[in-house]
Formats: sequence, structure tokens, C-alpha cells
Amino acid sequence: MTETRTTGAHGGAIGMHGIKKWFGNFQAVNDVSLEIRSNEFFTLLGPSGCGKTTLLRMIAGFELPTEGQVLLDGTDISRLLPNQRPVNTVFQNYALFPHLTVAENIGFGLKMLGKPKSEIDSVVGDMLKLVHLDGRGNNPVTQLSGGQQQRVALARALAPRPKVLLLDEPLSALDLKLRKSMQVELKRLQTETGITFVFVTHDQEEALTMSDRIAVMSTGTVRQIGSPWDIYDRPSERFVADFIGETNFLEADVVSVSGDKARVRLSSGAEISATYPEGVTPQGKVTIVIRPEHARLGPPGSGVLEGAIHTIVYLGTDNHFHVTIDDGKTFTVRQQNANSAPCGFSVGERISVAINDDVAQILRD
Amino acid sequence: MTDSAQDVGEQRQKKDVRDRWLLSAPALVLILAAGVGPLLIVVFYSFLAPGSYGDVKLEFSSEGWFNVLFTRDIFDETVSLADAHFLIFWRSVKLAFATTVLCLIFGFPTAYFIATRAPHNRSLWLFLITIPFWTNMLIRTFAIQEVIRSEGIVNSFLMSIGLISSPIQMMFTDFAIMLGMTYVYLPLMVLPLYASLEKLDFRLIEAGYDLYASRFGVLWRIVIPLVKPGIIAGSILVFVPALSAYVVPRVLGGGKNLMLGNLIELQFGQGRNWPLGAALSVTLVIIVLFAMLYYVRNASKSGGSAHG
Repeated sequence: MTETRTTGAHGGAIGMHGIKKWFGNFQAVNDVSLEIRSNEFFTLLGPSGCGKTTLLRMIAGFELPTEGQVLLDGTDISRLLPNQRPVNTVFQNYALFPHLTVAENIGFGLKMLGKPKSEIDSVVGDMLKLVHLDGRGNNPVTQLSGGQQQRVALARALAPRPKVLLLDEPLSALDLKLRKSMQVELKRLQTETGITFVFVTHDQEEALTMSDRIAVMSTGTVRQIGSPWDIYDRPSERFVADFIGETNFLEADVVSVSGDKARVRLSSGAEISATYPEGVTPQGKVTIVIRPEHARLGPPGSGVLEGAIHTIVYLGTDNHFHVTIDDGKTFTVRQQNANSAPCGFSVGERISVAINDDVAQILRD
Repeated sequence: MTDSAQDVGEQRQKKDVRDRWLLSAPALVLILAAGVGPLLIVVFYSFLAPGSYGDVKLEFSSEGWFNVLFTRDIFDETVSLADAHFLIFWRSVKLAFATTVLCLIFGFPTAYFIATRAPHNRSLWLFLITIPFWTNMLIRTFAIQEVIRSEGIVNSFLMSIGLISSPIQMMFTDFAIMLGMTYVYLPLMVLPLYASLEKLDFRLIEAGYDLYASRFGVLWRIVIPLVKPGIIAGSILVFVPALSAYVVPRVLGGGKNLMLGNLIELQFGQGRNWPLGAALSVTLVIIVLFAMLYYVRNASKSGGSAHG
């Protein structure tokens, strides 16, 4: 850590209440309410056109909500202009000022705030160190690589010490390797600066890696809010389970409910225990989800589902077994290649699928 | 091996250079024949003696150039500075500069307006901007005259509502010339400005607002520096023809308020002093050249020094 930028009660909590946004006849956001806590790394995740960027732009002030309120630390900022909000944005295309140098770009916000030159210079110096661009201050931004431009955009948005930093798919233009290292970098910056980060992405892996909490969105509504673990292991509805990672969906009948768990009967007749989302009373026919890595293959009769191996996909670190179970559906099992040896199964072989305890989740209808 | 590779590379380069010259040859020939040639003839004429009934006599004389700056009294041959010429030079530069500034003030919002319309509407607006070009400039100038003359639309309107009791004299003033030239040359400013503004990444404007810039801050620190090429191009396109304007000052300035173009015409016509006319023409070219050099250098300098 190059300097003491850690903060205690820095603020930066965002509240969005009953937000609706219409563009002409198109409703981009449909009644979204969510709370973003101070100092957290919050991600809005969803496919393109789900309204995540519109939400972000309403926090920044580039769009005004048709209905509803945006609060910053309890104060209504819904109608403030972008330059009146203590919030800065890292744009998808970086939007660096091409006629200014790296240092001038980073110092732009402070200059517009009327800070003295000595302060601007010292903050710009700190920022250059923070994003590992020491000594590049006088370079024109147009001569930087994509990754460097990305870091300038970050430094420029962080320099005025905003209460909230908004990031609009900032990594989408980078190649895979750079994206991975920037993910670590972003998380480090967020922890070091103590600023609330609101991150928009359609990349589930990015969301899982960096976020404290994730809001999964689709067609203008928030489908589920929770920690990466919640979102991945306890998806509350089909869209969320399907959008994040690979998933097996199974039809099942609820047998009994006790506490926060339910017994469900699979098509094979076997019973397993499953968790269910808050506010749902499981009964009758339900859909459950099981992640491929939460199931194991074994000899016939050893598990809960019987079937035959349809295909085996070798992925280096692990194998994907596509199993045709006896009710005709396909079930995917993922097994790690812990030993340096062939997987021991062959296509067409009859096997049985065992499911780990407490991994099945009942979906909301 | 590397040697022969180098040879091949060199040959290639030579061929490229030759091809480039060949390809630009038609343009070069045209520029020489239509641009440089006539200019050389004018320079040549400026060093000859005037003929009795116009034209020139084929004998060297520096009288033409002498007369640009000085006048010789016809009775006692005393030499004095040509005040009238300086006055006209000064008025021309002043009016051309003012016209450029006015065109920029009116043209920038216009171009910005067009550039921010929906793409399929822009061509309609551009089309509307070019409509005045369909009419002869002389006719447009007479239209302006109709608007501002003593019995014209403006004066009769102001008198009918009782704001003034006698007409305001607008014709035959520098104001009239400025108004006319601004009107005539405005499209020449709007079009290059639009070309620059249209390429402007409007996300940069959002970034500016996001970083606490005011409306003025965004305009001054982001928009103007980025569309500077358009501003320079537009200014040149307006300033150069305005400096040598002939029709507008002739119609709206009357006989009194001459500009350089009128002065030159006078020498080739009634004045019957072709060498002086030629020398004045060359002087005009030189003024334009220096004005442009100064302007372009200054404009590019302020772009690089936006520090601190």
C-alpha cells in the first residue's frame, strides 16, 4: 500500500426505491428497489438489455428515473445533475480525453472542483502510483495500451475521492489474461480505497470473483440479490440458475418439509433433501437445480439416478459426463481429474449418479 | 542474404515513391497550370509600367509596388504615405476578422444542433443549410439590401410600431458589409464545424459532466479543443474570401466603404493602373498567407499548452 487511503465511515450507501424507467414505449427498468451498502463491491449482473446499465446511469445522473428515488447516504439525489453528485464513472470505452495527457486526465475532476494546483499534483502522483503508472504522467493517453488506458480511467474516476465508483463493463475490451489480472487489481483498489464500487457486467465469472454481493437482473427487474455463494449455490429462480454457471434442472415431488429443508422424490423414485428460497412453501411438483460438480458417478445402483453415459468431454482439469438418465433427460456430472489417469468410464456404460448432501435447491415457480 | 533482402526493400521503396509521384501528377499539373501560373503572371505584371489605356507596357518599373504604400503628388512630386490604401487594408482585415468571429458565434450552435440530431434527420438540416447556395450571391446580397435599406423591411417595421421616428441608416456602413458577409459565408463555417462535431465522441461530454465540469467547462475544455480542426478550417474558409470580398462591399458598402477587392478592381478598371492592381493583389495574397500562418500556429499551440 503506497499511502494511507483506508477509510472508516466514508459513506457511499446507495438506496434505489421503486425505480421505473421508460424510453418511449420501452420499459428499461421495471420497479427496482435495492440497497447498496457502504464500502461494498456490488455487482449488477445480467444479459445485455436487462436494464443494468440504465440503473448505473441513473446513479451517475445521466438518466433520470421516470418514477422512484435514488438515495445517497439517505439524501435524495434523483434529480441532481451528474456534476453535482459525489459519484464517478469508469466508462466502458474509458472515454479518456484524447487531447490531454495522462496526468491531465487524472487531474481533470479535481481541477473542475477548483482544487489548488499543488493538491492536484500530489493526488495525481498518488493515483499514478496506485495504478502502477508512475512516470507516465506526461504521456498522451492515445499512446497507451488498452490495459493502461483502463488504469488511467480508473485513476481519473478515483482521484476526486467519490463516495461511489460506478464501473460500466470496464473489462470487456481487454483480453482474457489482462482481464483476470484487472479483476484482482479492481478488488485490491476497492479494499484499499474503501469506496463503494458498483460494477456492471454480463460476465458471471467476473461477478463471482470480485463481488461482495450481486444483483442478477433480467428484463428490467432484479431477480435475486445475494453473495456470490447465494447466487451460485442457492439460486431462487430458473433464470438465475441458468444464467450463472452450468446447471441441471430436475422435476421432483415434495414429500415433506421440515425447517429450512424439504424431502423431494426424483423421477427415479429416490428421495433427496433440498433447500428452498426464503418466502416459498414447497409443495407438489417443483423444479430443483443441481450443479454438475455436486454429483458423482458410480456403479449402477449406487446412486439416486440411473442412466448411461452419452458423451465424455475432457477439459484438462476435469471431465464433463453427459448422462442420459432413464426418464430420457440429460444430466451433466463434472468430476475433477485428481489423478493423472484415464477417468475410468466409457461412453455407453451404464452408471448411477449420486448427489451430495444439501446441494439441491428448489426453485421458486 | 540480408544484403539482397535489403536491395529488394530499397527497390520497393523507390517504386513506391515513384508511384506516389505518378499518382499525384494530375493534381500537381492542375495546381501549376491553374494556380501557380496565373499568380506568376500577376507577379510579373506588378513589375511592369502601366499602359495609357489600361494593359501594361513591357518595361520594368517598380512604380506599381511603390504606389501600394506611397502616393506622389501630381503637382510637386512630393511623396507621402498612401493613407487611403492603409485605411482600406485595415478595414478589410477588420471586417474579415469580425465576419469570421460572427460566423463562428452563429455557426457553432447551428453545427452543434445539427450534429446532435438523430442521424437520419441530419442530412435534412444540412440540406437546409446549403439552400442559400442555390441562389446567386449577388441576388442574396440585394435581398439583404432590401431588408436593411432606409425604406426596407426592418426600418418600416420599427417605424410602424413607433420604436423609431426616422429610419436608421444601415446601408453603406461597415455594419452592412459585416452583416452581408456573415450571411453569405455562414454555411462555409457551419459545414466544417459540423464535420468535426459529428465525429466528436459524445461520451466524452458525459465523462466531463461526471468529473464535475460545468456546461461551460465541458464546452471550453472538451468540446472546443476536440473540434479545433473544424474551427480552423471554417475560419480559413470564411476569412480568406471575406478579406477579398468584392460583391458584398460593392452593393452594401456603396462607393465609400471600399474593401481590398474593390480597390483592386478599381485599378484594373477606371484607374487604368494594372501594375498597381497586380501589386495590390500580391499584397492581398501575402496578407492572407501571414494571417493563416499566424492563426494556425497559435491554434495548435494553445492545444498543446492546456496544462495546469
